[in-house]
Amino acid sequence: MFERGLGVRPGRAAGDLMPVQVKRLMLLFAVAIGGFLVARHFLLPESFGLYGHYRAKAVDLVASQGLEYAGHQACPECHGEVATLKNASKHTVVACETCHGPAASHVSDPTQSKPELPTERGRCGLCHYYEASRPAGFPQIDPAEHGGQEKCVSCHNPHSPEIAMEGK
Amino acid sequence: MKRREFLRNLVSAAPALGILAAGVKLGDYVEASETGRRTEAVHLYGMGIDVDACIGCGRCAVACKAENHVPDDPFFFRTWVERYVFSVDGGLRVDSPNGGMAAFPPSGVPDERRMRAYYVPKLCNQCRKPPCVQVCPVGATFQTRDGVTLVDPDYCIGCRYCIQACPYGARYLHPQKKVADKCTFCYHRIVKGLVPACVEVCPKSARIFGEPRQSNTPLWEFMKNHRLQVLKPNLRTEPKVYYSSLDSEVR
Amino acid sequence: MNQVLLSQLSEALKSIVGYIYPNEIELHWGLLIVLYPYITGLVAGAFILASLERVFNVKEIQPTYRLSLLTALAFLLVAPLPLLAHLGHPERAFEIFLTPHLQSAMAMFGFVYAWYLSVVLLLEVWFDYRADIVAWSEASKGWRRILYSILTLGVRSTSKEALRFDDRAGRFITIIGIPSAFLLHGYVGFIFGSVKANPWWSSVLMPVVFLFSAIVSGIALVLVIYMISSWVRRHPIDMRCLDKLAQFLFYALILDVSLELLDFVHRLYEAEESIDILGQMIRNRLFVPLVVVQAILGTAIPVVALGLLQGFKPRDVVRKGIYFASGTLLLVAIFFMRWNVVIGGQLFSKSLRGLTVYKIGIAGREGVVAASLLAALPVAILLVLIKLLPPWPERRGRGAVSEK
Repeated sequence: MFERGLGVRPGRAAGDLMPVQVKRLMLLFAVAIGGFLVARHFLLPESFGLYGHYRAKAVDLVASQGLEYAGHQACPECHGEVATLKNASKHTVVACETCHGPAASHVSDPTQSKPELPTERGRCGLCHYYEASRPAGFPQIDPAEHGGQEKCVSCHNPHSPEIAMEGK
Repeated sequence: MKRREFLRNLVSAAPALGILAAGVKLGDYVEASETGRRTEAVHLYGMGIDVDACIGCGRCAVACKAENHVPDDPFFFRTWVERYVFSVDGGLRVDSPNGGMAAFPPSGVPDERRMRAYYVPKLCNQCRKPPCVQVCPVGATFQTRDGVTLVDPDYCIGCRYCIQACPYGARYLHPQKKVADKCTFCYHRIVKGLVPACVEVCPKSARIFGEPRQSNTPLWEFMKNHRLQVLKPNLRTEPKVYYSSLDSEVR
Repeated sequence: MNQVLLSQLSEALKSIVGYIYPNEIELHWGLLIVLYPYITGLVAGAFILASLERVFNVKEIQPTYRLSLLTALAFLLVAPLPLLAHLGHPERAFEIFLTPHLQSAMAMFGFVYAWYLSVVLLLEVWFDYRADIVAWSEASKGWRRILYSILTLGVRSTSKEALRFDDRAGRFITIIGIPSAFLLHGYVGFIFGSVKANPWWSSVLMPVVFLFSAIVSGIALVLVIYMISSWVRRHPIDMRCLDKLAQFLFYALILDVSLELLDFVHRLYEAEESIDILGQMIRNRLFVPLVVVQAILGTAIPVVALGLLQGFKPRDVVRKGIYFASGTLLLVAIFFMRWNVVIGGQLFSKSLRGLTVYKIGIAGREGVVAASLLAALPVAILLVLIKLLPPWPERRGRGAVSEK
């Protein structure tokens, strides 16, 4: 009924096995899929899939993060005396940076950046104020009944905190 | 006859072969083919936690945030400490105020009503079969050959599926970078031979770092001398964070 | 933007009950992620309805055949938008096409969506409409003529063979389309059902329940749209069609309810570890959305109403009223079913010791305003499609395939 005017083509031409619809659609899909594959070639990150389903470069990215904590091995080099003192005391198990905070920038430029020097009661209290959930045997004090308002460091050297008791 | 029989056998074997292949594929997704990647010995990192030793001082949580530039707000943690307080009437109170970063205020359970109490540090368990890696739609989170699960911050699309899939609440979405983030065992430190920041500052050696398969690491000694538990073993994530003295009430 | 998040989280902090892991204060999948399965569910459901006519020859619903297709298409075009809006990095969304991680159910999205849109829906619409598009391209002028000519893809034949091929191809595509629709929406259910970390989500039944509630919502949608469009066009409703739609809606609803009840009973019976916190969550956080809206208003009432109408047939006016009300209630109920699954799964802690809250914003990407706009957009698109490709049976152009 409508076989007049623009671009008439019967559904099947002589000797043509595939209907026009299929040919046209296959062409369209081929273009779309081809376009996708080309785009994928350019967009796919280089190092992807090298070691697994991820960008291998990501491992290096994470591993190259800068340090904030130097680690306790770094301190004795310059602060040998304090380290020796501490290692003969109960606080030998406490790393320097546990109290002094991150010191990597201090290690790389000792004069420019100084680690913190905490002396307030509350800082020692983080470990040593009595809290019932702490394991028995761990040295704890009741802040209300120990040392008044004095700073802990006025009696206890943090690098050698033991005090010989004198019959108290 | 022979051909028919052969085909029949093949058809009946196909499902089994298929299941076998799937099992192998699924089971090995952590051990991706990385032959020839490194000339040095391949490590496998793990951590031990001695619950008996933890005093809940929170230094680990503080050091972690400082080392890894984790946002300061009380909603994002790579590691945190929980407190469990059991009272004599059978009640249990669990809390983690700001992840334990400023230690813990009094629990509200007076000494005479307290049954037992302890602290439990928590962090990413660096599972051998990480469900978070399994669900990432693009391959932005993965496990390195040395057993550390990492996030690729330049590839993550921020869909948050990994955060949903982690049974331990170890992941969060970084509020500025808008990508998933979590404990990396301080990967940037351990590949240099240092220990993670939390292990570095723990004053009680409640956190022990090392390799479960390497006899000259502290973790090895820990694993030899303690009975070990992991969190949520029924989920078969096979964590590499091994707890000693973990109470069965801890989730 | 960040400040908004932080203040929202600080607020949420005050409403926590019990103990939650510190990282769980932020609810990660919100309103947008509730909207996405709702939309794809409507698509799958509307398509299944269309397939009932095309493949299973349910002649009574013929008047809604093209309407179902256009509805499915309109909603499918909008479906990726809530996902894109939700991503932390929407500009990286294409990675799902580049490096889909085949172990992740979510990775399926890119290709299943592309497949369904292009091979199933667009092709089906094209094959069904092609003869009409050819006719319309010749009958119209100006930009419409150009548009229709493009849509013919250059295939302008309306010979008997061409038309027969169109018909057979359409049927073939519908047959492929049914499992494709199952996949399009089923994988979403699997995304939730396969998360072993979450006891509210982790269930074998999750994909199945999602799918059947999707079918309910899709049929309800087409029913409601059919009634509204007939009213707007002042066109008499074909009551045989409407009755049939309601009948299939009822059957789908019975199946859906049975599955959800099964899940519920099974959970209660096994009463494993998570039951206590889940019970608390339902009582203290989900009572209104789950018990009142989804169960009573959204399920019990439509089941009874539609069920009664299978036996008793009151006057047309009464039936229309009940169908419309039931359809609307069901649309609301299925939305809340998605809400209860997605949000519910995040309201309790994985420590099984506490509950948190979901604070919806008004503004912002995840706010009510944005979600409402996204929900309204498919309707706008449908209006455009209806204008361009009128689905009304009496508008079939000359030269179209005659009714079978």
